[in-house]
Amino acid sequence: MTVTEVGKARLRKEDAHLITGRTRYTDNLTLPGTLHLALVRSPFAHAKITSIDTSEAKSSPGVVAVLTGADVADKQGSLPNVWPITAEQKAPAHPAIAVDTVAFAGEVVACIVARTAAAARDAVELVDVSYEELPVVLDLEEAVKDEVLAHPDLGTNISATWVYDSGTAGSGKPIAEALEGAEVLIERTYYQQRLIPAFMEPRSVLVDPTGEQLTVWSATQIPHILRLLLALTLGIPESKVRVIAPDVGGGFGGKLQVTPEEAITVLAARHTGKPCKYTETRSESLMAAHHGRAQVQKVKLAATKDGIVTGLDIHLLADMGAYLGLVASGVPILGAFMYNSIYKFPAYRFECTNLFTNKAWTDAYRGAGRPEATFAIERTMDELAVELNMDPLELRKKNWITHEEFPFATVAGLEYDSGNYEAATAKAEELFGYDELRAEQARRREANDPVQLGIGISTYTEMCGLAPSRVLGALRYVAGGWDHAQVRVLPTGNIEVVTGTSAHGQGHETAWSQLVADKLGVAFENIEVLHGDTHISQRGMDTYGSRSLVVGGMAVLAAADKVIAKAKVMAAHMMEASEEDIEFAEGKFSVKGTEQSTSFGDVAFATFAGHDLPEGFEPNLDSEATVDPDNFSFPHGTHFAAIEVDTETGEVSIRKYVCVDDVGVVVNPLIVEGQVHGGLAQGIAQALYEEAVHDETGTLVTGSFVDYLVPSAPDLPHFTTARTETPATTNQLGAKGVGEAGTIASTPAIVNGVLDAVRHLGVKDINMPCSPSRVWAALEEAKTAGGVQ
Amino acid sequence: MIPSAFDYAAPATVAEALAALADAGDDVKVLAGGQSLIPVMKLRLADPAMVVDLGRIGELSGVRDDGDALLIGAMTTHHQVATDPLIAEHVPLLAKAAATVADPQVRHRGTFGGALVHADPAGDMPAPVLAAEATFILAGPDGERQVAAADFFQGYFTTAVDDGEILTGIRVPKYTGWGAHYEKFTRVAQQWSIVAVAAMVRVEGGTIAEARIGLTNMASTPVRATAVEQALAGAPLTKEAIAAASSHAAEGTEPASDLNGDAAYRRHLAEVLTKRAVIAAAGL
Ligand SMILES: Cc1cc2nc3c(=O)[nH]c(=O)nc-3n(C[C@H](O)[C@H](O)[C@H](O)COP(=O)(O)OP(=O)(O)OC[C@H]3O[C@@H](n4cnc5c(N)ncnc54)[C@H](O)[C@@H]3O)c2cc1C
Repeated sequence: MTVTEVGKARLRKEDAHLITGRTRYTDNLTLPGTLHLALVRSPFAHAKITSIDTSEAKSSPGVVAVLTGADVADKQGSLPNVWPITAEQKAPAHPAIAVDTVAFAGEVVACIVARTAAAARDAVELVDVSYEELPVVLDLEEAVKDEVLAHPDLGTNISATWVYDSGTAGSGKPIAEALEGAEVLIERTYYQQRLIPAFMEPRSVLVDPTGEQLTVWSATQIPHILRLLLALTLGIPESKVRVIAPDVGGGFGGKLQVTPEEAITVLAARHTGKPCKYTETRSESLMAAHHGRAQVQKVKLAATKDGIVTGLDIHLLADMGAYLGLVASGVPILGAFMYNSIYKFPAYRFECTNLFTNKAWTDAYRGAGRPEATFAIERTMDELAVELNMDPLELRKKNWITHEEFPFATVAGLEYDSGNYEAATAKAEELFGYDELRAEQARRREANDPVQLGIGISTYTEMCGLAPSRVLGALRYVAGGWDHAQVRVLPTGNIEVVTGTSAHGQGHETAWSQLVADKLGVAFENIEVLHGDTHISQRGMDTYGSRSLVVGGMAVLAAADKVIAKAKVMAAHMMEASEEDIEFAEGKFSVKGTEQSTSFGDVAFATFAGHDLPEGFEPNLDSEATVDPDNFSFPHGTHFAAIEVDTETGEVSIRKYVCVDDVGVVVNPLIVEGQVHGGLAQGIAQALYEEAVHDETGTLVTGSFVDYLVPSAPDLPHFTTARTETPATTNQLGAKGVGEAGTIASTPAIVNGVLDAVRHLGVKDINMPCSPSRVWAALEEAKTAGGVQ
Repeated sequence: MIPSAFDYAAPATVAEALAALADAGDDVKVLAGGQSLIPVMKLRLADPAMVVDLGRIGELSGVRDDGDALLIGAMTTHHQVATDPLIAEHVPLLAKAAATVADPQVRHRGTFGGALVHADPAGDMPAPVLAAEATFILAGPDGERQVAAADFFQGYFTTAVDDGEILTGIRVPKYTGWGAHYEKFTRVAQQWSIVAVAAMVRVEGGTIAEARIGLTNMASTPVRATAVEQALAGAPLTKEAIAAASSHAAEGTEPASDLNGDAAYRRHLAEVLTKRAVIAAAGL
């Protein structure tokens, strides 16, 4: 196999139709006779529903039906959580339409079905719901006290407590020794603010109940999982459900969910017998689609005076919101294995308490647990460096795993297969101009410049390729982490690749074509990638957790290998040679040591014709493969940010951003670059801009993009991106995954930079987002506290 | 995001528009660029029974030289204000402020008049117009009347425009030769001002002869920083003198507190931004 496509910066196949508006987003699809849904949502964060009067709405022009929780109580089941992290995990029932109580503002209490979207929207106002308000619990540190309960029936706000202890797990020493004997102990609390995934395409569902099968089009990341779980939730045989994810405009974990809106649209379609469509407004999306992050992290880091880390103890409070989302309970656990990051130290303990509050439910959001973990360790490494008066980069170098030490068994119980932190960091240092910027920083401090300079560092590694099924089993996740692919050989030798992953902006059609083009020697243009329809792609585990290439892509390669094996038999027969003597390269089968050869296309056609087949040979080269990864993959990198803080206004600006990521072998550098840029933007957004804010009654204050500040291109600096390439040893390509890298490293890099700029003025910490008013307030506070000038 | 049903009229002249308003009674809204009204209707925070669209009244759009002043039609877009040569020459402050409004799409639809009648305390056009001592021309059932900028902005989203009236134009005195700057402070590029300062200065030799300063989002209406104007008049053209004068910027203001900052922060910003705006306007 000569490598010609893998590594090429191909423009994406999928872009032409997307950027010229020929899209097939769910809301673009309308079937004859489609009815439209609009939802009545609770304005209260916690209340009893005392009565619902739908009579006026029902008689409003164009309205076909109005459904309340009571109407569907026996049909709607309870929306699923598939990750009971402990045997005792508690979760309230989660009806798609609330029946007698609401637990967050935005919860659905009734559904209007009407002939037009406008008629449905008009009737929303006519539903008269009476509520009896109940006390709300919003804050994690309050929730853990169990004084006010988000769900009084549950008797507690605690969903589950989960512990990892390197002493008992056998991956290291007990933490107690490390903390007691610590020469230096750094204790910090960090607040991971609530974020809203803010995908560009709002969620939308269309359900056609008129055929033998129920067909569900949904703006989802997970058509396969959705098919199974909608069926189980609503009591429909899964064979009767087909799910299609057409064009999907972003997800970031926000569309990794089985949503009330999807269930309600199915219920409405079955109730009316007509196709039904629901498309949320942006306000609804911000209010009721699941949120992310929302954790309080208490960190204790033990170290020697020389800066050798000896132990890490993490206590987490994690906000599940009002209901337990699909994998919400496991999000902190995905972080649990990453707090030790790229460092080697002997003792580690992690404990998290998952809590219910009267806010929108939370779940996976880009990075899911891993950005939070990286933030905590990278912020704390900087704090240790300050405490020891050591260069933060030197401190990291003292503690990281060196490249000779791989494979490395970590204190959190994982085995890192490969990595080269020295190489990535050296490259980043050079691109950044670390020493010159440090010199400039010193000059500005000296001159008392109103604009101070800070240098933010973050190294990271993450676990990608979710996930080995046996690991998921050990963590009590109910399903596996394999993926599936088919490679179908058409009569001409052109190829259809069917993947179980479900792209929603990642560019799988392009990347998978590149993979197969190299494998089979078929032209890139002659390969079609099919996905996102459970009729076409029957098996798959969908797209999240930077898994698509390293799991789904490997299934594609494995299926292509099987195609080659089959085709060799046919080629040997055609050339009257022995199978062992057939070699395959660049789309040609040749007989070893001779000039004789035949093309892949000829073999494909001869197989299709079937006129002359080897004994017992099925006239079919199509192959499929299901791949369950042996291990995770571990991309890593080093990010540097030069941050300017205007001490007069508190404004933070990013003067320079350099990242060197090691994502292993790269299939398409352009796609990797895009993933890194988008990831950086999202990570920077957490550091500086975004936060879901609620008032004391639990109403979302940041209910539109006027207040929920998503940065756009002018707000972001030029990114200097580069790569090192240390191949993964755990898959045949050597790829590691890149979907979340930028998001993970950039948040701590920025905040470390902000603090580095103002710490000498007496500022100790600033909560995210580091808005100008917060930075200014921190500076003022430091001044009145008599900051160390 | 679907508004309630409404009736719609698109008159071709001001007289027809006034008649349409008179016919419609109370429950009517004038539509200019729709960049504020339509979002509000889509969120169902407003549900007028009738909308009278001024978009087809050609006479309401454009900039005219009117002797010692410019006459700017109410339907002139932000983009036109930002790029018009007469405005650039005689009241560059308006062009600079208009260029900071939102993004190109919004600037091509949103109008000067609409932004002024909307009177969002965080909107960027009211403070410059107040600082420039412009006059508002209103047409109503009883004919035309003129309102000074100082009397036009009456409160939070409230102006002197009465029911049944429309704003037809704004008369802005010429400040030919004055230096101008609009200093807008936001967290992301596309955002309403947290605080902004509109400054015009006339420099004579080494001193500041005169200054006009308007503040955005420091009260429920735009406000003049009169104490700063007084302190600047006759002050030497130095950064130190400007900084000293700017320390009066928050006097008499009543800024709100919100997610972007509390009142104390806004007061502080007003001082810093006034200093920066005046320094830039003076070309220092
Ligand atoms: C995404 C976005 C970002 C924005 N960012 C900014 C910003 O940074 N800074 C800023 O200043 N503004 C911003 N705006 C608002 C923008 O400036 C609007 O153009 C302006 O507020 C309203 O002007 P309009 O012509 O669109 O008026 P419309 O929305 O049509 O009308 C606004 C109000 O004024 C009334 N009205 C309009 N014209 C007249 C008239 N001639 N006579 C009587 N009544 C009238 C209407 O009845 C209505 O009540 C933004 C808008 C959007 C959509």
